[in-house]
This record gives sequence, C-alpha cells and structure tokens, in this order.
Amino acid sequence: MSTSQASSSGSASSATALALDTDRITVRFGGLTAVKDVDFTIPVGGIVSLIGPNGAGKTTFFNVLTGLYNPTTGRVRLGGEDITALPPHVIAAKGMGRTFQNIRLFGLMTSVENVMVAQHSHLQSGVFRTVIKTPRQRREEREGREVAHELLEFVGIKGKDNEYARNLSYGDQRRLEVARALALRPKVLLLDEPTAGMNPQESATFVNFVHRVRDERGVSILLIEHDMSVVMRVSERVTVLDRGEKIAEGTPEEIKADARVIEAYLGKTGTEGSAR
Amino acid sequence: MADPVTDAATPAGPPAADLTHRRDRRWAIGFILVMLGMWVFYKFALTSTPDVVQEQIQKWLPLTAVNEAIVWVICAIGLNIVVGYAGLLDLGFVAFWAIGGYVAGWFMSWFIGQYNQSVHVLSAAPSTSTGFHINWWIVLIIAGAICALFGILIGAPTLRLKSDYLAIVTLGFGEIIPQVFVNGEDINGFNLSNGTKGITPLDPITALPFGPAFLSRPLGPFDLATKFLLFGIVVAFCVFVSLRIREGRLGRAWLAIREDELAASMMGVPLMRSKLYAYAVGAFMGGLGGVVFAIHVNGVFADRFNFSISIILLAMVVLGGMGNVWGVIVGALALAWINSTFLPQMGETINSSLGTEINFPSYNFLLFGSILVLMMLFRREGLFPETRTRQLIQEPERTQLEDLHADLEGVEK
Repeated sequence: MSTSQASSSGSASSATALALDTDRITVRFGGLTAVKDVDFTIPVGGIVSLIGPNGAGKTTFFNVLTGLYNPTTGRVRLGGEDITALPPHVIAAKGMGRTFQNIRLFGLMTSVENVMVAQHSHLQSGVFRTVIKTPRQRREEREGREVAHELLEFVGIKGKDNEYARNLSYGDQRRLEVARALALRPKVLLLDEPTAGMNPQESATFVNFVHRVRDERGVSILLIEHDMSVVMRVSERVTVLDRGEKIAEGTPEEIKADARVIEAYLGKTGTEGSAR
Repeated sequence: MADPVTDAATPAGPPAADLTHRRDRRWAIGFILVMLGMWVFYKFALTSTPDVVQEQIQKWLPLTAVNEAIVWVICAIGLNIVVGYAGLLDLGFVAFWAIGGYVAGWFMSWFIGQYNQSVHVLSAAPSTSTGFHINWWIVLIIAGAICALFGILIGAPTLRLKSDYLAIVTLGFGEIIPQVFVNGEDINGFNLSNGTKGITPLDPITALPFGPAFLSRPLGPFDLATKFLLFGIVVAFCVFVSLRIREGRLGRAWLAIREDELAASMMGVPLMRSKLYAYAVGAFMGGLGGVVFAIHVNGVFADRFNFSISIILLAMVVLGGMGNVWGVIVGALALAWINSTFLPQMGETINSSLGTEINFPSYNFLLFGSILVLMMLFRREGLFPETRTRQLIQEPERTQLEDLHADLEGVEK
C-alpha cells in the first residue's frame, strides 16, 4: 500500500503486547464492501484514534469489534484471544466496553442502576438466590453498589447516584456512559465520537479525562473522533480509514503530513492527482 | 439537577431504593390486613349482619367472585413479569393457565386412574381411590415447574423475534395449547385431557396435610372463606417473588432490556437468557393461577381457555400500571369484578327497574375496549404506574434512538 503506512507500521514493533488486534477484516453487505482488509492494533495501555471521512466504515468497523456484525472474513483478537463472531454480550464480558455516538443510557434507570447493569457478567446471583436474599447475594449487591458509587465518583458525577439517567445533563450522560462501560472492567474501551456536542472547553477537559481513564483504570482506548484538535492531542497513534480501507497509520504528526489523508479529507488536488 | 450538589458527600434525600422499600412495605401490610379482614368478615361477621346487607353483599361482592378474581390476580402478576418487567408482549398467556389447570386435573383426581396408576401423597382423597392424589401445595410447585419449562420451550425459538412478531407467535401458542386439550381425548388411544367433558371433580384441598382438625380438614364447596385465605397466600408468594427479583441482578437486566436491548447486550447482558428467565418466571405464576382456578371451579374444562383470557389479562396489566405489582393487582381485581359481578348485577338491576331485556354481560368487551382507549388517551401509564414509567409518559424523551447502521435482529444470536 502507501509509503506512509509502511513506515509507520514498521515503528510498531511486534514485541509490544496488544490489547486488541484485527487480522484482515472485511465486511460486505451484498455488493457493498464497507470495510476491506483492515489490519489494526491497539497496544496495551495505548490510546488510538480511528478517523476518516463520513462513510469511511468507522462505525461498521466498531460494530465488528463489539460483535454486532460478523466480519465476512478476518479475525478479531482481544488480549490475544480470538473473539470473532462471538455474541456481543460475551465480547463485552470478556472486556470490551463501549460508549455510543448518540448516548444510549437506560433512561429510566438511575445512575447507579445503569452502572450495575454493566456488572451483570461479574455478578452471579440467579433467581433463587435473589428471591431468598442469601447473605452471598446481599454482599454481592452491596459490593456492586459500592463499585458503582466509586465509578460515578471517578467520572465526576458523584451525588447523582439516584438520578434517573434521562434527567442528567448532556455532559453528565456522557460521563455516565463511560462509568457504565468501565463497570465491565474492560481491557479495551471504545469511545464513539465522545466529544460530539461538546464545546471547545469541554473537549479540552475531555482530553485530560481520557488520559486519566487510561492511567488510573489501566484500559486501552480506541476513539472514533471527528474533532481533529481532540484527535491530535489525545491520541498516541491514529489510523485513517477511507472508503473501507486503511490508508494511513502513525503518530498524529505523521498523519497530519500524510498526502493520502489530506486527499481523503480535502479531495484530490492538481499536484497529487496521479498519486493513486 | 443544575444545583451544585456534585461535590456533596452524600446524595440529597434517601436513595430511591429505600423509598420503594418503604412503599412496598406499606402496601404489603395493607395487603395482609385486607386479606385477614375479608376473611374474618366473610367467615364470621357476615351471618350476623342484617338480612338486607347480607343480600346486597351476596349480590355485589359474593366470595366466589372474589376467589375467581384472585385467580386473575395471580395470572396478571405472572404476565406483568413478562410484559411489565421485561417489556415483551405476550398475547397467549392463557396457555400457561390451561397447562396449570390440567396439571391439577392430572395430579389431583381419578383421571390417571384410567391407566391403573395410583399415587397418594399427603392428599385428603380417600386412600382407596385410584389415580394421582397429590397434596395441592405440591401440585402448585409441579404445575409451576411444568409451565416454566413450557415457557422456555416456547420462548427459545421465538424470543429472537422483535416485538410484533413475537406477539403473533405467542398468540398462536395461546390458541394451540387449548386446542390440544380440547381435542386431547383420543391421541392414538391416549386420553390426555378428557376432551370437552373435562376432568372433574378434583380432590378437596386442605390447609395442611396433617395437624389439628381445623387445619387438615378437607375443604368442601362451601368453605370459600378458607380457600380465599389459602389462595391469598399464593398471591402473596407471587408478589414477594416479583418484588425480590425486581431488585436484583436479573431485574436490572430486564429493565435494561426493556429500555434498550442493543445497549444492554453490549453491557454484557445476555438477551436470550434474560428473556427466557422472564418467560419462565411469568409462566410459573401462570401455572399457579391455573391450579388455583381448577380448584376454585373444582375441575378443568377445555372450552374455558380462550383467547379473550389473554387479552383481559393484558388489559389488567395495562390498566393497573405495567411493572408495578400493586397496580396490576388493583387492575386485575377491578376488571375481574366488573366482568364477573358488576355487569350481570347492573344488568339485572336496570332491566328489572326499566323492564328492558338488555344482555349486559355481553357488552363486556365493549366496556373493556372503551376503558383501554380512554386509558391510552388520558392515562397511558396506568392507574398506579411505577415512578419510572410515570416519568416516561409525562416528560419528554431526551435521548433519541441512535441509528447504529444496525438492526437489532443482528444482536440476538
């Protein structure tokens, strides 16, 4: 493929432990190829952004990672374990947390309940234990609640534990989504356009927040993001998709200077017309 | 919400869960008091009231109608688990009612005796009688378990469907099961259900299988007050289970599924399994209702299990307030009473005073339909909704469902 990609993939040594990697993912819907042969990696503890023009296949790719779609060909590995074609709830339980582009909280549940839903796979009590309220079930519930409190404090919405999610402000809803995803104890956290609807100030705070999540929670992070200023400040590596194909990969500086990326975003210019 | 409580050490006010607990406790105490009060009234006080009062009460609130209403309550609570808690539309709940009834028919009568099988377990039936005669408390458990199993069998292939399609399949199921019983008199020589003749009579029930005479005495057709109390215990059990499950891990999963299936699955909630649990628990209670009904009418009759029962049950849940057990109980009592007592009595009163001959009970569906339409127009959340549901109806939706470029069908593997 392109030269910039070859140079950048050389810098990511194969010795680095990978939180997530995909092997030639292709997704076809009938005649349409939404994602084509995408190799992709997130190193453990890394913050990686996925960018690309509209319709580049970013969301489709996300949906493959979370198990919503099965790839037509290719494999997805989470922490080295093959998770291709597992159902979404199994993938989530194995450590893939996500937030949604348009917030999808459980609106009529409180903040704490929202977070506790995501602990489903870590809790064990079944029907009988819940009805009888065994000591073990009580302890489990209490601990789950404590974890939820702690996570809500971590994301900065302490004191709103018993608010219904739908009554939270937009910013708080975004935070609650992160808390909920963290309750899965994820290895990888996928953030789908997390700064959508934020003003520049909030976006700036958000960059620090993402770093804090990575550092204090020990998760690797993948973002889809449109705001380039956020992408450039937050990411350690950036992957660019265009029309379903990976056209570039590298540090933010490399991406900024990449001819194919500029072309994908701004269209062909006279001088670069023959690059393809 | 805009106030700066964010940094306060404790959230303002008691947690929502605590408030719910307190309210539930109040309702529970009220429930027990009403049950005991009615029992005392019907068993002891009624006979000493003036004849006029007695006559009116026998007309407008006969104990047999109350007992029948309790059957409706049990089934409505079961349906509430499926519809109110997990948000799955079920139009065939009568199937579980029927299965529960036949389990009572098989295990509490002469019926199995036709195959020269006899089993007696703590039953009040004479020990010489053939057939299965099992104590009704045990039969309740058996019926519940069998119905739960059927719930899972039916649910496993159909719960993949989205709401409308699921409703249609459950509708079919609710038609098939009663038909099987209607035509089950001769399945290659095997008599499953005794056809339209039904299975009757059933063994008399006892409060306890042994112990002092007033507790282990077989209850005849006139011991309605004692049966009322015993049936009330079954209701209490269903309420208890409903409330407890709601608080726990499974209850949260149901709520989450009701709110947003896709998001729930991506938060690690197994959709199929959680929905099947809802089906199984709901069906279990449907089975209990079936047994209680069989005991109440002293038999099972295939032609009584028709589609309208499923619809009335659904109307009870909607009227009372989906998801709120106490509301559902009120809704069930109200509709059951209107159907069994109010309409016929009203008709009699009006017809005799005006000299008309209007068949009031035949207008029950007109009335129920009107009630449902009015509810949808003016109080969609039901009479006694959950706090959550009230919010949903009365306040505007904040988050719009996202177009993920994905259909929900893709999730349910």
